[in-house]
Amino acid sequence: MIKTFKIPFLSFLILSLLGIVVNFSFNAFIQLVLIYMLINMILAMSLNVVNGYTGQFSLGHAGFMAVGAYVSAYLSSIFPLKALEEALPMMMSSSSTQLLPSIVYVVIQFLYFGCLAFAGGLFSAFSGWLVGLPSLRLKGDYLAIVTLGFSEIIRVILLNTPLVGGARGFYGITGFKDVMDIPLNFISSYFHLIFWVLAAYFIIWRLMKSTHGRAFLSVREDELAAEAMGVNTTQYKVRAFVLSSFFAGVAGSLFAHFTHYLNPASFGFSRSVDALIMVVLGGLGNMKGVIVAAAFITIVPEALRPLQNYLGVDIRMILYSLSLILIMIFMPGKKFRSGGI
Amino acid sequence: MSDFIQHIVNGLSLGSIYALIALGYTMVYGILQLINFAHSEVYMMGAFFAYYAAKFMRWENTSGDMLSITGAWAHFFVFFVILFAAMVGCGILGFLIEKLAYRPLRKAPKLNILITAIGVSLFLQYMGQLIFGADPKVFPTPLENTTLVEIYSVPLKSLDILVFCITLFFMFILHYLIFHTRQGKAMRAVSSNFAAASLVGINPDRIISFTFVVGSALAGVGSVLVGLKYPKIEPLMGTMIGLKAFVAAVLGGIGNLPGAVLGALLMGFSEEMVVAYFSSTYRDALAFGILIVILIFRPAGLLGKMKVEKV
Repeated sequence: MIKTFKIPFLSFLILSLLGIVVNFSFNAFIQLVLIYMLINMILAMSLNVVNGYTGQFSLGHAGFMAVGAYVSAYLSSIFPLKALEEALPMMMSSSSTQLLPSIVYVVIQFLYFGCLAFAGGLFSAFSGWLVGLPSLRLKGDYLAIVTLGFSEIIRVILLNTPLVGGARGFYGITGFKDVMDIPLNFISSYFHLIFWVLAAYFIIWRLMKSTHGRAFLSVREDELAAEAMGVNTTQYKVRAFVLSSFFAGVAGSLFAHFTHYLNPASFGFSRSVDALIMVVLGGLGNMKGVIVAAAFITIVPEALRPLQNYLGVDIRMILYSLSLILIMIFMPGKKFRSGGI
Repeated sequence: MSDFIQHIVNGLSLGSIYALIALGYTMVYGILQLINFAHSEVYMMGAFFAYYAAKFMRWENTSGDMLSITGAWAHFFVFFVILFAAMVGCGILGFLIEKLAYRPLRKAPKLNILITAIGVSLFLQYMGQLIFGADPKVFPTPLENTTLVEIYSVPLKSLDILVFCITLFFMFILHYLIFHTRQGKAMRAVSSNFAAASLVGINPDRIISFTFVVGSALAGVGSVLVGLKYPKIEPLMGTMIGLKAFVAAVLGGIGNLPGAVLGALLMGFSEEMVVAYFSSTYRDALAFGILIVILIFRPAGLLGKMKVEKV
């Protein structure tokens, strides 16, 4: 037990220290980029389960992220943090001035947002199950286009649901509250995020060492042979899909409570494509590579921002797309695909 | 009833535009097994080629005389010039995209080529925004949209008929090209077996280039026709229509030319009907809804052939 959790715990500790350093030494812009980077990591790792390990081709990951984000945001509007606050003793609230109750309040916030993320993930997993069950009979590009279709349908439905803001977007989603006038939004979100990043990483990593993981890989390598060996390929594909959409939903929930605002337009085709680019760039089925690629893809467009000051025009997306093409052409194909973990 | 006929006419004209773009997707897929995401941007560029060709000829929407030709003929002349400009421009662009971006990756994994296609698509989008500006522009309309005849009090607009006729014309040409010429025979050969085709003396690279040129030129035709019908062009106009044309191609069975046309017409009709009788905000979802339902029952599209897996 101790051995199992040693590495995750140590990584959590190291990442926490890093976060504390970032909290005190860098400005809000860099903090924002860091948060987006972590969200993208969860998204990319989850897509990697389907596209990398199981060898299926999903192109609709943004849809599942949207489900998680909206469900979590909606739940937080029916069960507001305020109601929870009122149910507790007076001193345990955001206006508390004493140290101990404040700490308790911070812990309560973590539990609250953790539950929301989990609920968002569950709903997203359920929608993944609904989508996966009929569509995973399809192969290759047909599957890609059907998953893309589902994510577009989810987006259009959100666009037409006044309950969650429709085309105006969903305003005023609660995030982490400050306690004792200490700004906590970044650092709490950061802690919450690294918890989920590590959870995603180690759960997927452990899973890939188990029977289920081997089954995923066998589906990727040779579906027919896997079936002949008694692997129920359709069921394993659905399982991979459900797991993947669970973490996509978690990423969505974290995104919602950090930005406090959601818009259906931000879960369009381009977000699915971004996730796909991260997975392919990092190497299909290479989780560490995918994490690095997620960081790279998030940072590059932001790092190119100062260029605009010199040139007067915004060419960073042009450079980004150009570098994408050049990387694909000049990096030998073999490097990208590593077997297993 | 007259409403219904009107919607049929509109659906037909919308569907035939989708068909022109869907053919480009399906041809490239048939020969390379690649979803050419850049195709929708080739279409967008076609509209801009036509726009600048008209601008170059100093064509204003109202004036009728230039180059010493006056009156009605000038309108047709301008129309054919911008159509030609869009086709040639798109053809060259398609050729360049294939040569510079896809050819070095011929032996790379399929997903890498797909990402490259997405990269090319993004590149053209942002280049378009940089060069042409992100604001929408008014497309020149040399041909007026007049009512030709009325059938059961349904006005048959000249543009709808023009769109339909031009689409039909290019489809016949394409059919002739693919099924009755040597070049077409070579295209079919490369598409059915790449290695065997090169063994019998066909240069697959040349055939692939040719396929890209033809498909892109068709997208150019489509862009001019869309521009005439909905005269507003912008660098991001390709994304949605490209996605729908692609869905149409998948619907009919990707890689299958009649399938692409059938799928596109189906899409055009159903979209028109949803806007007319249901709700226009669900228009974009409908395309994918139909696709999903059809693919669940026919996993290879309407006219596609199911491949039996062999060990």
